[in-house]
Amino acid sequence: MRRDHTGLLAHAFLMVAALCFLGPFVWIALAAFKTQIVLLTSQIWFHPILRNFYDVLFSGTSDYRHQCADSLIIAAGSTLLDLAVATLAAFSLNRMQWPRWCSILLIGWTAVFHMVPPITLAAAWYAMFRPIGLDNSYTGMILAHATINLPITLWLMLSFVAELPGEILEAARIDGAMPGQILWRIVVPLVRPGLGAAAVLAFIFSWNEFPVALTLTQRATVTVPVGVASFAQDHEIQYPQMAATALLSILPAVVLLLAARRLIVRGLTVGAIR
Amino acid sequence: MTTALAVTDARAGGMPAQRRRRFNTDRAWRWLMLGPALALLIGLTLLPLAELCVLSVSNVSWHNGRPLLRGVGLTNYAGLAHDALFLAAIRNTVIFALAAVGMEVVLGLALALALAAVRRGKDAYMTIFMLPILLPGIVIGAIWALMYNPDFGIINASLALLGIEPHDWLGTPALALGSVVAVDIWHWTPFCFLLLFAAVESLPTDVFEAARIDGASAWQRCRHVTLPLLLPAILVVLAFRAIIAFKVFDEVYLLTSGGPGTATEVISLTIYRRFFIEDNAGYGAAMSIAAFVALGTLIVLLMLLVQKRAGA
Repeated sequence: MRRDHTGLLAHAFLMVAALCFLGPFVWIALAAFKTQIVLLTSQIWFHPILRNFYDVLFSGTSDYRHQCADSLIIAAGSTLLDLAVATLAAFSLNRMQWPRWCSILLIGWTAVFHMVPPITLAAAWYAMFRPIGLDNSYTGMILAHATINLPITLWLMLSFVAELPGEILEAARIDGAMPGQILWRIVVPLVRPGLGAAAVLAFIFSWNEFPVALTLTQRATVTVPVGVASFAQDHEIQYPQMAATALLSILPAVVLLLAARRLIVRGLTVGAIR
Repeated sequence: MTTALAVTDARAGGMPAQRRRRFNTDRAWRWLMLGPALALLIGLTLLPLAELCVLSVSNVSWHNGRPLLRGVGLTNYAGLAHDALFLAAIRNTVIFALAAVGMEVVLGLALALALAAVRRGKDAYMTIFMLPILLPGIVIGAIWALMYNPDFGIINASLALLGIEPHDWLGTPALALGSVVAVDIWHWTPFCFLLLFAAVESLPTDVFEAARIDGASAWQRCRHVTLPLLLPAILVVLAFRAIIAFKVFDEVYLLTSGGPGTATEVISLTIYRRFFIEDNAGYGAAMSIAAFVALGTLIVLLMLLVQKRAGA
């Protein structure tokens, strides 16, 4: 009887919290279907329109589709690069007899630069990329985002590689397999969940990243967050379009969350707890 | 982890030729596989930092995309101490981090304990609570900018129902920082919740059973069993989240851009302003290095502290 009481209280608290987290989305979704006038006059009953989404996606003055393509290219490119680099590094660090101080130094350094403000790195990259023409290019952005997301993908892959049973690798080795073969034929298939978690997180974080994108991109490679930010600086803000853009920009995260929640939870907790 | 690919104690001396060859190929492989990561780390973190150090003791002007440097010694660093904007940014960032992180850990802990106490709907709650973690900070800023809007925002509208008069939440110096902190709490409480929930789930169950048999109430069990056991995890989350709070940029950029006045100016924003907007790369670089060194020291100290506590 007493436990039911606690359970009810807990449910009530969780419901209130869930409302607080979902409320803003409901309100912004409603705003996206309103006209500017309806929104500004705070009418409760209104005739929903699709005009805002149409304008954001298809009007001649909107760059949103272009920005989505840029974000997609940069996020996909940096994610693939991270997966390859992190898997190789995790296997090497964890299974190939590096002295302990080597891995501590390397992992410690990723921890430090993971935690300093990205704007400091962005300033350095700008000064380095501009003379060689890498600013405002996909290559520069892919390299930058791959670097920013390397710590979390590396920690994640390290935790998955460390869980592999040593006997399998040893058996393959006695049969004469080279380290490259062992990695490709045995390790990669076994750490597929880790690769999935790392891919989802690296993609989302690249899609979301703002300070580096703001400073390293100009017209040609503007990403979605930079596009959203420019809304807020317009002189006459089209609020409903801003709401529609915000709603569209969170779709990838929502889809990935619904599809791969367990992987994401694992990825986020591993990255932080290590 | 003890089963190794390489021959463990191989000192090249007495080995047969075949084993020695194998030892050498293994050494080549491990360098080859770590190579790409080392290239990224050296080329895109260490080199740029070295470049920043050089810029920070120079006066920089850009000519056709190339920086022209004139050495000025430590003048840029000396300037930091008198930069009112920078000092305001440090003050605001510290207040911001303390206020936001404190609330986030308390709320996250409450959510984690509540979720551990229920049986049904766990997955649904988890999904909802995780959403803010995965959204672009800039979009969160955009959503809240609309909600804070003094003309039509939902926040003033809801407060009006309670009889509270409307405020310009982001435009009033006394309210702006608090409004930004509120957005940060919405954004990051779920992250604290997630880490603490993982810790709660991994607690041993037998001590709770023992406490229950001894007749401890739910509150007593929480106060005297759960919280002491969770303390190490709480400290880790506090440290980790506090460090991340110092990175804050996206939401502030969109919500207030540091204003009104310097009410919400934070460190990242000041660096961005000095380096990119005012095109003062040398001074901005000095500021970046100062922030990097200060935060790097703080991070290493906190990591050592947490490690010591976890070890004890």
